[in-house]
Amino acid sequence: MLTVRNLHARVAGREILRGINLEIMHGEVHAIMGPNGSGKSTLARVLAGHPEYEVTAGEVTFEGEDLLEMDPEERARAGIFLAFQYPVEIPGVNNAYFLKAALNTVRKQRGLEELDAMEFMTLVRERMKQLDMDESLLSRPVNEGFSGGEKKRNEIFQMAVLEPKLGVLDETDSGLDIDALKVVAGGVNAMRNADRAFLVVTHYQRLLNYIVPDQVHVLTEGRIIRSGGKELALELEEKGYGWLEQPVGG
Amino acid sequence: MSNLDNYQAEFEKARQQRAGEPARIGRVRDEAMRRFLAQGFPTTRHEEWRFTSVAPIAAANFALANGSGAAGETTARPFEIPDVFGAELVFVDGSYAPALSTPGTLPAGVQAGSLSAYAAGRADAIEQHLTQVAPFDRQPFVALNTAFFRDGAYINIPARTVLEKPIHVLFLSSGETRKDEQSSRESRPHFSCPRVLVVLGEQSQAAIVESYAGADGAEYFTNVVTEIVLGDSAVLDHYKLQHESTQAFHVSAVYLKAARSANCTSHSVSLGGALVRNDVIAVLGGEGGQCALNGLYVADGQRHIDNHTTIDHAMPHCDSREIYKGVLADRARGVFNGKIIVRPDAQKTDAKQTNRALLLSEDAQVNSKPELEIFANDVKCTHGAAVGQLDEDAVFYLRSRGIGLAEARRLLIHAFAGDVLNRMALEPIRTAVERVLQRQLARALAA
Ligand SMILES: Nc1ncnc2c1ncn2[C@@H]1O[C@H](COP(=O)(O)OP(=O)(O)O)[C@@H](O)[C@H]1O
Ligand SMILES: [Mg+2]
Repeated sequence: MLTVRNLHARVAGREILRGINLEIMHGEVHAIMGPNGSGKSTLARVLAGHPEYEVTAGEVTFEGEDLLEMDPEERARAGIFLAFQYPVEIPGVNNAYFLKAALNTVRKQRGLEELDAMEFMTLVRERMKQLDMDESLLSRPVNEGFSGGEKKRNEIFQMAVLEPKLGVLDETDSGLDIDALKVVAGGVNAMRNADRAFLVVTHYQRLLNYIVPDQVHVLTEGRIIRSGGKELALELEEKGYGWLEQPVGG
Repeated sequence: MSNLDNYQAEFEKARQQRAGEPARIGRVRDEAMRRFLAQGFPTTRHEEWRFTSVAPIAAANFALANGSGAAGETTARPFEIPDVFGAELVFVDGSYAPALSTPGTLPAGVQAGSLSAYAAGRADAIEQHLTQVAPFDRQPFVALNTAFFRDGAYINIPARTVLEKPIHVLFLSSGETRKDEQSSRESRPHFSCPRVLVVLGEQSQAAIVESYAGADGAEYFTNVVTEIVLGDSAVLDHYKLQHESTQAFHVSAVYLKAARSANCTSHSVSLGGALVRNDVIAVLGGEGGQCALNGLYVADGQRHIDNHTTIDHAMPHCDSREIYKGVLADRARGVFNGKIIVRPDAQKTDAKQTNRALLLSEDAQVNSKPELEIFANDVKCTHGAAVGQLDEDAVFYLRSRGIGLAEARRLLIHAFAGDVLNRMALEPIRTAVERVLQRQLARALAA
């Protein structure tokens, strides 16, 4: 589904990603782990097309298309969803209005009919229930005044409504207590299927107890220095990132 | 012929047509004309006009519109407001157009119609208030209007009368020009000076909408003065919607005087015009009065919109709330000057002013200045001003959900303007303004 080859990217004049290689197949869950500042969020933003980040080398294909040629909205319509580490507050833009507009553009792209207000509300209520969310959040401006946990839930809720092909979750676990974490993980797991893939970015192993990955990659200083199965996450938890500082050959 | 001579000549010509007018008004006109000629058009050396040059108005060779072009039917009505009004008064080039107006059925005692007709009938409130609320000793455009107004709207709501439906006063400019008989020079663009007098008796309530529009692309000059007098405990919801041609000049002044416990909200929406100057002067002249001024302006291209407001707290225990917001694209320029005066008697004043501008391009520009003159000690007075660009993180967030760039920007601008729009109590007006705003933004964002 997603192929990343030798991806280099810079922001504010500094090279942050220094040759990322990654291959994600349909139905898989990949985890990216790494210390703070290693470039995890940069990778997530570059995949979503943030204009501030400049790709200086490498290529990314998504479902056979050149992802780097696409605008952020085109990527979203093609099926990429980024759950932000720090969701943006947007005063004055109503959550429900925004999500309905987003859903209908995405549906249009997929050749589906637009949902009317009733159909939209039915869908949205069901998804909110799954994520144990207060319906009042719908009528509020996007993320404005939401608690940290509410913001993270709102991201997963949007993903559940938009039903992307690839969900990129950036530190979705931070700011969630254990109960909320289980609910959110449950929401993600409910979406797992043979066609959909996830890239789960996390600093801690905790989330991966609930969203069990097929592969784990360790990112430091803009490079993936180790990849392995889900056991790698446990090993990292135990020994810390320092253990991997010197990449093991082979 | 200097341009002031031109106005002098127009004044002499107009004099012959005002036979039925009360003598007092004739005397005031002569005085106003003297004041106008003595002052001339303001220049940017004048503190009140520092950022707004009216040189293009002064240089143009305007002819006073005589209202003969009252064709009307073909003239655009940019604000498509559904039929929610109790009465609609339509003026074309400053003259009343009975064929286009709907007098409606208003509560007993309510007077709403042509100002000149009511003046000829010696209506009491006209004798008492007309030209008495808006001073012209140091306001050249008020002086010009006072010397020249032909007609306008007169609305008088008697004491304890509640108007269920709003009254609409619509000023249309046909864009027709005057061919000069004497010389063979090209035809001259028109200027018109509409005048509005609104008088609310004690404990009365009304909503009044003034709107201004003109033929697309036409060049003309509208110079309007509105005088509003609120009796004790009167409540007024006032809207001024300006959507002149993008080639038009629009200078307006709203003078408002509120008595004890009166409550006035005045909305000013400026979407059109090449060069626009709006003054709103609200005097809280009785204890316990309340006043809210809301403003929204949008300009693109090389257009220029200047809003000057004054809230004069003359008596104790009055509240004022003011919020002005502007959206400027391309090379457009905005000016905001918000003066709040708290006079020595006005203890327990509670005044709050906010003004924000959103610049959509690097070449757009705004000059904004709060001016607080506080002479009482027990008052609450706050103000805040901010100029900014669209939040790029918010734009990216919306795009990352599939919303296109233009739509994302439009949503955010609309959200920015929402603060002001949401304060409009008349829902159909709000919707109509939103529609025009969307069209305007589509144009500004496409550029
Ligand atoms: N928009 C930005 N402007 C400047 N520096 C940035 C920006 N985004 C990321 N960086 C820098 O890039 C590095 C990697 O950041 P990030 O990708 O957020 O790391 P992580 O998510 O792994 O903690 C950090 O040094 C950070 O300061
Ligand atoms: Mg991060």
